[in-house]
Order: sequence, then structure tokens, then C-alpha cells
Amino acid sequence: MTFLSYLISGISLGSVYAIIALGYTMVYGIAKMLNFAHGDVIMVGAYVSFVTTVNLGLHPIVSVVAAMLVCTILGIVIEKLAYRPLRNATSLAVLITAIGVSYFLQNTALLIWGSATKSYQSLITFEAIKLFDGQLVIRSEAIVTIVACIIIMTALTLFTSFSKMGKAMRAVSEDKGAALLMGINVNTTISVTFAIGSALAAVAGILLCSSYPALMPTTGSMPGIRAFTAAVFGGIGSIPGAMIGGILLGIIQIFSTAYISDQLADAIVFGILIIVLLVKPTGLLGKPIREKV
Amino acid sequence: MKFKKIASVAIAALMSVMTFASCNGGEDTAGTIQIGVSGPFTGGAAIYGTAVKNGAEIAVEEINEKGGLQFSIRCEDDEHDAEKSVNAYNILKDWGMDILVGPTTTGPSIAVSSEANADNIFMLTPSGSSTDILGGFPNESGVVEIARKNNVFQMCFTDPNQGTASAEYIKENNIGTKIAVIYNSSDAYSTGIYTKFIAKADELGLDVVSETSFPSDDTTDFNVQLTEAKNAGADLIFLPIYYTPASLIMKQADSAGYEFKYFGVDGMDGILTLEGFDTSLAEGVMLLTPFVADADDADTRSFVEKYKAKTGGEIPNQFAADAYDAVYAVYEACVKAGITHEMSSSEMCEKLTAVFTDPTFVFSGLTGTDVTWSSTGEVSKPPKAMIIKDGAYSAM
Repeated sequence: MTFLSYLISGISLGSVYAIIALGYTMVYGIAKMLNFAHGDVIMVGAYVSFVTTVNLGLHPIVSVVAAMLVCTILGIVIEKLAYRPLRNATSLAVLITAIGVSYFLQNTALLIWGSATKSYQSLITFEAIKLFDGQLVIRSEAIVTIVACIIIMTALTLFTSFSKMGKAMRAVSEDKGAALLMGINVNTTISVTFAIGSALAAVAGILLCSSYPALMPTTGSMPGIRAFTAAVFGGIGSIPGAMIGGILLGIIQIFSTAYISDQLADAIVFGILIIVLLVKPTGLLGKPIREKV
Repeated sequence: MKFKKIASVAIAALMSVMTFASCNGGEDTAGTIQIGVSGPFTGGAAIYGTAVKNGAEIAVEEINEKGGLQFSIRCEDDEHDAEKSVNAYNILKDWGMDILVGPTTTGPSIAVSSEANADNIFMLTPSGSSTDILGGFPNESGVVEIARKNNVFQMCFTDPNQGTASAEYIKENNIGTKIAVIYNSSDAYSTGIYTKFIAKADELGLDVVSETSFPSDDTTDFNVQLTEAKNAGADLIFLPIYYTPASLIMKQADSAGYEFKYFGVDGMDGILTLEGFDTSLAEGVMLLTPFVADADDADTRSFVEKYKAKTGGEIPNQFAADAYDAVYAVYEACVKAGITHEMSSSEMCEKLTAVFTDPTFVFSGLTGTDVTWSSTGEVSKPPKAMIIKDGAYSAM
């Protein structure tokens, strides 16, 4: 029973990582850049939701919509101001810019909301489910997180497979130049990618803080790094890969804390990552890279 | 291009304003004893540094109003980072600091105390609680790794003291029969209290059924630790950690439907002022702390009022009170030793060290009455046990 309860904790934690990892993997797949500011967009989403529910007293659904809206606009603005001028620059320059944006967001949050931790009030209010005479308790946050993850995953897969914009995204990710020649507006496609990634970040922020309600300007950075790891683990650029990577990472983290050592959990998670990358350098579901001669 | 030029000049101007804004060393320091304070004013631990800064500034204002010895104060940000704290210390030294009331947190205090010891500048940390700050304490295998830094003293009680006192308190008052402990293995403060607590619990025959840890300040998932405590049948969880992870633990235990009693240490102080926190989760939490803002004596009331006026309504925590007391302790010692502003920092250091180790030097302040210091640098003041009732602290 304890095993089952750990498993559910792991899947729930992993689902949050998976939703964040989707943002990393989509942006990488299409713009070929690592958006390290993604974790901080999560934090902004959580703060917006905090302000709208606690300070303004609005309905939770309004707060989710507001957070998604603010993050979507933020994502588009970041892309336009910070990344688009560097579209043809070296990848190192873009990486440094992304880190700069990340610090900018953290410090802006520090100025606006202060450094003191805020306790996020969960938007999920129904009771935990108790099974087997209360031996197995499934937290309501865990249920909502897992369900949200499945819905987002399905919707995103359908979107990229069947919609016109989704097809354009896949085309841009395969060959930007050729896509441009075929009449696809690359700039719009990349903007839409950032918009979707950032809206997902807002949802991830709300789910993350509903389960773990400590909100501060650095809230997004550690989950962001873990989710990035999950994206690499699953094969960066692949949507199902991000999903599998995220959930596996969550389960491994909880199980190693529970059964091996609570101090070595991180070492084990990252150790497994190294082994996977040694055996399969492109990640679990990554596409093999063909060397062009 | 012109716009870019204007923008860059504007940014440069803004940045220099921000740099100067952090320091209040512009005022006249002639004829005063210069007190340096450092602590995190930005970053995750800023709540502690800001409290220390405000507390110390209130004390200095009061002392200067009395006439007699005049103090000037300068506060530098160390971001709760050992390297930056040494930079902050050097800035204060360049400013002409005579006495150091700081740093605020344990890690920076360990780094800075070695510097202050080498420079022979008197140091009284308001809230750095590890014995490594003082030096001269044997580690687990009985070896003294860090020699005693003679001119370094503490205003708050030490980590071992808190661990031992907690175990004794739980035993004497029979608060829990089966005890679980969750501590932060990356934090010197938390592990320090934990080790002493376990040692004392063994000695007293307390039944510790589950000992779990978490590996970093960023840890947010405590389901495993809580499930283990539950399966071991624990009824009381001892939390030698800061209030942010403690609030997460209480929230997660609540949403999993577990019911525990909690016992915390001084790091738990702050949980009631955590914005958005549902204080009913902390109902019945017990903690050891030297200061309670709603105590009824005149000194505390006047301090709380001044603090509220200064900060726009914030309630001071024990860090503010410790800093306030630290400045007053330095002041009383200066008076006793006959220190004047003409003396060099090194002369002051010799005299202050002599006074602080003198058993006839007795100090009473917000965080304790009849407080004395031993030559080890530790302060003697008993921790007070508090319980949270109806969203406020009350004495047990």
C-alpha cells in the first residue's frame, strides 16, 4: 500500500515536470534554442494566480485564465525582444540571453512581490480520496495534476498532428529554410510556439504551487532545471518524450528518496540521466541525428 | 542611436543610484562609534536580514536620542552567501567600522568570523547560531577543527542548545510518545540541532521512530517523509528547520489526511506572518523561541510599535529582537568598558572582549533577562516554549 502511495506521489510530481518539460521541448524542437527562462515564466504564472485569488479575491477559474493570459503575452514579448534579434546568432549567445532573461524575471518578481515567501492557496478544494479503509490516500492535487497532464498531452499531440498551425510547426522544426520557401510564416509559428509553451507554464505553475505551496521569486528555477533534465531524458524535441521523461523522473525521485536514501535522491536521478545518455545519446524517444557530410 | 545613448546613460545613472541607496554611510560619522551590520536584504533569506537591519537601526536611533555615546550604523547586503558576506565585511571595514553586529545567517557568519578574528574587530552576531561561528567546539569525534575565535560572540542561543532543550522539553512535558524527525541535511543549522536532539533523546529514553531528511532548500515534496512517519506510528514530528519547508510539510500532511503534532525551533518563527498561509494548519504547533511579539512588557510593546511604524505595519520576529538586543548589549559593554570613539577598532575589541567574558556583565533585553556570556562566546538564556493558539503565539 505504501508502494502504491509512493507511486501516485511520483506520477503526480512527474506530471508537473512533464508539463514544464513540454514547454522546453517544443521551443527546442522548433526554435532550436534552450529557453532557460521557462522556469521563471512558471513563477510569474503562479504569482499572477496568487494575486488574483488572494489579493483580488477572484474566482479560481478567472485566476487560471488570467495567469495563462499574462504568461502567453510574456512569452511572446520575451521571444520578440530577446530571442528574435538573435535568430541567426550563435547558439551560445542565445543561451546566455536566455539566462539573462531568467535573472531579469526573477529580480523583477523580487521588486514587485518582495522576497518573503508567500503561501499559495490551492485552487483545488475537493477532499482527498481514501481507498482500502483509509490506508491509501490519494491527494486531490495529485488527481487534478495527473488528469491535467493527460489532457494537455493529448490535446498537444492532436494539435501538432492535425491542425494547420501544428503542421507548420513540424515543418519549421524539420527545416526552417524549406518551410519559409513553402510559404510558412516562420516568425508567427515561433511566436505561437512560445505562446503555447508559456500558457502551459502558467498551468504548470498553478499545479506546482497547489501541491507545494511555497511561492517565492526562485520557485520556478529548480523545477525548471529538473523538467529540462526530463526533456533531455525523454529526448528533447519530442512531445511524448517530454511526457515519459517527466513522469519517470518524478517516480525515480520519489522511489529513491523512499527506498534508497533521502540524501542521495538527486544524485541517483542525475546518475540515471547520465547512463541513459551514454546508451542513447538522443534520449529515450529522441530522433537519431544524421551526420551530414 | 541617440536613443540608445540616452537609455544607456539613464541605466547607468539608475544603477549608481541603486548602489548608493543600499548604504546609509553618507551621513556624518565623526564623533561616533561605527557599527557595521550585514545580512541578506535580497534573495530567499531576505526576511531575516531585513528584520536584523530594522531592529539594529531602531536600537541605534534610541541610543543616539539618549545623548552620551553616539553610534552610526551602516548595513550591507550579503545575500546569505559566504563569499558575498566577506565582500560586505570588507566594504564595512573600508567605511571605518569599529564593531560588527552581524552577519545574520549561519553560513556567512562562519566565513566572516574568521576575518573579524584576524582583523581583531569585535563581532556579535545577532542570529548566527552554529558553534562553528565561535570556534573551539569539538566535533562528533571530539576533535576541535576550528580554534576559538576569541573576539566572536553570539546573541542567539546555539544550535546544540536548542536541540538539547527541545528534547528535554518534550520529555518533561510528555508531549509525544512516538517522535519523528524531519531535517534539512544540506543546512548546518538544521543538522546541528538534529544531531544534538537525537543524542539527548537517546539519553532521556524518548522513542524516536522515524528520522528522515531532505537534501536541499529547494525541496518541495515531503510525501515520502510524511508517509514514513505515519507508518512508523509517530504522533509528534520534530522539525528543526525553517518555516518555509515547515509550512509545506503541514500543508502536505493535511491534504493527505495525516494528523500530527509539531514541535519546532526558532526557525519556525515567521510561519504566522507567511502571506497566504492558512494559520489553522499551524494550530497547536509548539516551538522554542526567545522572543514573542505579543508579550505584555513595556519594552516589547514599545519595540513592536516602533518596528511597525518603521516598516509600515510588519510585526517583528525574533531576528529583529536579537539584533535590537545585540546593539544594546554592545552599547552597555561600551559604557562599562569606558570606550570612546577615538579608540581604534582593535582597542575596542580588546576591551569589549574583556567585558563580555566578565561574569559581572549582565544584560537584560527583549530576548532574555540576566543574560551573560561565557568565554566560549555562547550566550546563556533559556529558550521559551510557545504554542500557537488561534493564530497567535502564547506561552506554554
